[in-house]
Amino acid sequence: MSLIKVLVGTRKGAFIITSDASRKSWEIADPLFPGWEVYHLVASPVMPGRLYASQSTQWFGQLIQRSDNGGISWQAMNNKFVYEGDIGTHRWHWGDCSPHVWQFERIWHLQPSPIDPEVIYAGAADAALFCSVDGGQQWTELDAIRKHESASHWEPGAGGLCLHTIVLPPDNPNQIFVGISAAGFFKSDDGGTTWRLSNKGLRSFELPDPYAEVGHCVHHVAMHPSRPQVLYLQKHWDVMRSDDAGDSWNEITGNLPNGFGFPIQVHAHEPDTVYIVPISGESEHFPPGGKLLVYRSRTGGGEWEPLGRGLPQRDCYVNIFREAMAVDSLEPCGVYFGTTGGQVYASGDEGDNWSVIARDLPAVLSVEVQVLP
Amino acid sequence: MIRVQLPTHLRRLAQVSGEVTMSIDDTAPVTQRVMLDTLEARYPMLKGTIRDQVTGKRRGFVRFFACQNDVSDEPLDTPLPEPVLKGEAPFMIVGAMAGG
Repeated sequence: MSLIKVLVGTRKGAFIITSDASRKSWEIADPLFPGWEVYHLVASPVMPGRLYASQSTQWFGQLIQRSDNGGISWQAMNNKFVYEGDIGTHRWHWGDCSPHVWQFERIWHLQPSPIDPEVIYAGAADAALFCSVDGGQQWTELDAIRKHESASHWEPGAGGLCLHTIVLPPDNPNQIFVGISAAGFFKSDDGGTTWRLSNKGLRSFELPDPYAEVGHCVHHVAMHPSRPQVLYLQKHWDVMRSDDAGDSWNEITGNLPNGFGFPIQVHAHEPDTVYIVPISGESEHFPPGGKLLVYRSRTGGGEWEPLGRGLPQRDCYVNIFREAMAVDSLEPCGVYFGTTGGQVYASGDEGDNWSVIARDLPAVLSVEVQVLP
Repeated sequence: MIRVQLPTHLRRLAQVSGEVTMSIDDTAPVTQRVMLDTLEARYPMLKGTIRDQVTGKRRGFVRFFACQNDVSDEPLDTPLPEPVLKGEAPFMIVGAMAGG
């Protein structure tokens, strides 16, 4: 019987929660890296025993650790992330608001290659993209994205100026898509050597030109591997869809009560089934009315249904971060998400019913899930 | 023999308990820089956690104490205090008491 491992990164360590394929009874292992902020804990899709953790604290900086035995033991990998060449500046909201020199803060997101177990990408704050071709032993900046002609106009979102989303289409190893807050969505068709802005159709009323090429606060982007030209994007106030790999976007907020949210995920077997969790807005980072609802579209967006069976329907004022939602590959598809209140919820039936599998963790930063034979 | 006390997080990372003791060639002056170089050579996983790997600058929320003095801002090439060099007092690497 399959083993399900839910990999949870939190403000104060990482946790692995396991169940058999019934997804009825869950066990939480002791914390990994206690006291460290674990922005991402993720497994290699081609070497399932290989896990990577991005951990950091304000005190001791950034670490990358790797396990080759499913999390039993860990090895510190190289943590030297150096911006290459001319460092440059970006916009800044604090102090005298003068341009801010790029400064490494942390790794937000780790994206192992879907093809090569030794290749992994890392998205950083301040926004930059790094790549390792030896399983994390050395990191090189793919600096063309940070040196994009628009970069001096990028500005930090509430979480800083971060490159938080990396999408690797499985059918084209030369393509890389990234999301940066608050800059937008970028595409490379040559392995990160050159980049172009792909924000046509995105609208942000906070900008002097709402349809500006750059400055959009992209929160997260999801893709189904069987249909990599279709992308779903959760941004500051809208849910968007692209049918041409990001060259243009159309709004699919549809009948949602509110288009603001952070995570977005696609069903493992149905490329038109999409999940989001709306929150009240950019200031009120909690569900409208204190009711926690996941919304599911089975039509590729536009038409959404609320899913709340098993979720708190009153007095719930948590947030769900962009990285804190995942789906498993079982039949029926499982859906998982974690909250800033330390709960992790799971559904074993595509979101129809939910149960809490961890109630009292530190604030959840990321959720990933593995299905092991 | 130099004794170094690490904060809990770094002891766990380096997989050590208690103080770290290190023999350092003292034919040349033993400074903070020499001591940290030796520590990081022995425990490479500590690179970047105490000082920046590019600039060598101490991380802002890491403090250095020796002989009940805060020596965080001493020049890196100043010799360590005599009691530390003799192993009579530890060199303490401490997480700053901020936000904890």
